[in-house]
Amino acid sequence: MTIDNDKCTGCSACITACYVENNVSIVGEKQALMHREMTWLRIERYVGDGDDDASLDSERRPIPSGETLGGTQVRHLPMLCQHCGAAPCEAVCPVIATYHNDEGINGMVYNRCVGTRYCANNCTYKVRRFNYFDYGRKNWPGLLGLMLNPDVTVRGQGVMEKCSFCVQRIETARQPAKDAGKPIADGAVKTACQQSCPSDAISFGNVRDKASAPSQRAQQGAARAYHALQVLNTRSAVTYLGQVRREES
Amino acid sequence: MAPPPATAVADAMNPPVRPQDSQANIDIMAVTKGFHWPWLIALLFALSGVGLAAATLAWQTYEGLGVAGYQAPVFWGVYIITFVFWIGIGHAGTLISAILYLFRAKWRNAINRGAETMTVFAVLTAALFPLIHIGRLWKFYFLLPYPNQRYLWVNFKSPLLWDVFAVNTYLTISVLFFLVGLIPDIAIARDRAVGWKKVVYTILSAGWQGTGKQWKAHSRAVLHLSGLATPLVLSVHSIVSWDFAMSIVPGWHATIFAPYFVAGAIFGGFAMVIVVMVPVRRIFRLEAYITDYHFENMSRFILFTSLICGYAYGAEYFIAWYSAVEFEQTSFWQRAFGPYWFSTWCMIIFNVVMPQALWIKKLRTNIPFLFVLCFFINLGMWFERYVIIITSLSREYIPAAWGLYIPSLVEMIVLTGSFCWFSMFFLLYLKMFPIIAISEVKELDIHARDHARHDAHAAHASGGAH
Repeated sequence: MTIDNDKCTGCSACITACYVENNVSIVGEKQALMHREMTWLRIERYVGDGDDDASLDSERRPIPSGETLGGTQVRHLPMLCQHCGAAPCEAVCPVIATYHNDEGINGMVYNRCVGTRYCANNCTYKVRRFNYFDYGRKNWPGLLGLMLNPDVTVRGQGVMEKCSFCVQRIETARQPAKDAGKPIADGAVKTACQQSCPSDAISFGNVRDKASAPSQRAQQGAARAYHALQVLNTRSAVTYLGQVRREES
Repeated sequence: MAPPPATAVADAMNPPVRPQDSQANIDIMAVTKGFHWPWLIALLFALSGVGLAAATLAWQTYEGLGVAGYQAPVFWGVYIITFVFWIGIGHAGTLISAILYLFRAKWRNAINRGAETMTVFAVLTAALFPLIHIGRLWKFYFLLPYPNQRYLWVNFKSPLLWDVFAVNTYLTISVLFFLVGLIPDIAIARDRAVGWKKVVYTILSAGWQGTGKQWKAHSRAVLHLSGLATPLVLSVHSIVSWDFAMSIVPGWHATIFAPYFVAGAIFGGFAMVIVVMVPVRRIFRLEAYITDYHFENMSRFILFTSLICGYAYGAEYFIAWYSAVEFEQTSFWQRAFGPYWFSTWCMIIFNVVMPQALWIKKLRTNIPFLFVLCFFINLGMWFERYVIIITSLSREYIPAAWGLYIPSLVEMIVLTGSFCWFSMFFLLYLKMFPIIAISEVKELDIHARDHARHDAHAAHASGGAH
């Protein structure tokens, strides 16, 4: 996946699409205040020139002190599971509930998860979400269950979840490709966030295929390309293209 | 350094009137007999605490872990802190019984049983916490490598799995060691018991008659079990520390963790022995057996391990600064001056500053002072784990995902319940088995008597020469 931060307007359509596509639970105000939101994708806002003072009274969210009404110096960073090639979460799970498949997807086996939450501690991007309650049953009781996406499991109480790169869409695309005896074509799979992004900031595909859309974009924007926290060498599968401020360009 | 001879130790204890062998049987077994008000009140208190915690846990299991105070990104809280705390407490017992045994430090004889008892029950308490902490308690057996048709296996790369093995091994060995050591004393209890108690004691005493052959086999068994238990003192807490050190979290990812945790465990464990043994000695009138000498020796251990802890705290900060890794530096800055500064300074004051009073001999033998000090040390050790776990997790790499964790009432009830659970076992033990290893105390006396006889002979011989 390649995400062009310069195109991101922070409109959060991707987040909404993700909630709908992946049956992500809504936790309510009280729980959200305890930072227990289940969102698989969040948009981080960085204000100012990036020299954050990490002021002690700021409980969370980067440097609110830098933000002024009408200010435009905001940088957005859509943050989701990076599907790291050397994922810190995978090594520490005692039951192999999170693992790497040979397509590079960092998978979650909900049925296997016992909820030690070590993966979430060790995730450097903090994109893993824990089901503190049986949110599914509370959110969609009875017939409301019909509004759920039937291709995606509703996670039960006490398990970890996170972005799956819309693995159900990949699986849907796999069968026709298999019938034709070809690999899944570039562009055959669109993730929900990508599909809903009005400014086309997100592109998804096989990053090992140099001709694929995300690889092409990363090459074209090579001067701006980076991995989040790449100093930690997690070999993340998401390439970001840095935002350029107008006075810089 | 050669260990001091047993005789010197026995002399140093120098109780005003050394009880005779048969008196030791009576005195120590008297703990199990009769009626003690403080004991009953403590037991009732412990039982109600355990009951309340059990009900709370049932509710938590039904409702979900959300009833605890977890706030992302802090996914581990009071339960893991308390797990590490109790595992640490469980270290002094094995140190006293196994390592000091191998070093022939005979002074341990009067306190080793109390310390071993504490170890077994502390590990029993600790072993509950990983279960309390997981999201799906009913699937806990996934953590065990059991054969199954679906070829599901555990992840041997995960430090949490090492923990499962380390704690279970430790529990097995310490229970075995404890039971084998108890055999001669259970035999004394057996000889005095009637009714159903006699049956239980007879089974547990494994046909002990006190013959020379049995004593020989017994001491071989204790020796071998000490050999097995000694590496465990070092390994178990090292592995617990790797739960943190093997991760990528700044503030956790440090090579000093294993020795740092082991020293801290011994430090906290000895403090707990004192906290437990002071009231026991007072209530059951065991001053003739557990003397100031024992407390002074334990204080020396506490002082020594406190210095190691102090060094480790300092080294952590030094390396964080010296590494020039911003994440580490920020993490440690947050520890000392961030929102959790309170826990950090509690840790430093209780664990490093206050124990320095033990350089003074008068304070080392001042029992009320020791009791209060050790209470604060235990508090400090709990805060140490709080500092390590909570402050490191609350402010990690991405400032957008910073958060604060505040323990909930549920967690506090369970924490209190763990102390009640431990006390319940310990109190019941007091009334069932001798809290002081009778046979080993007698062994000291025999050495002392031999020595006295030898001295008398020598004096006589030298007197004759003049």
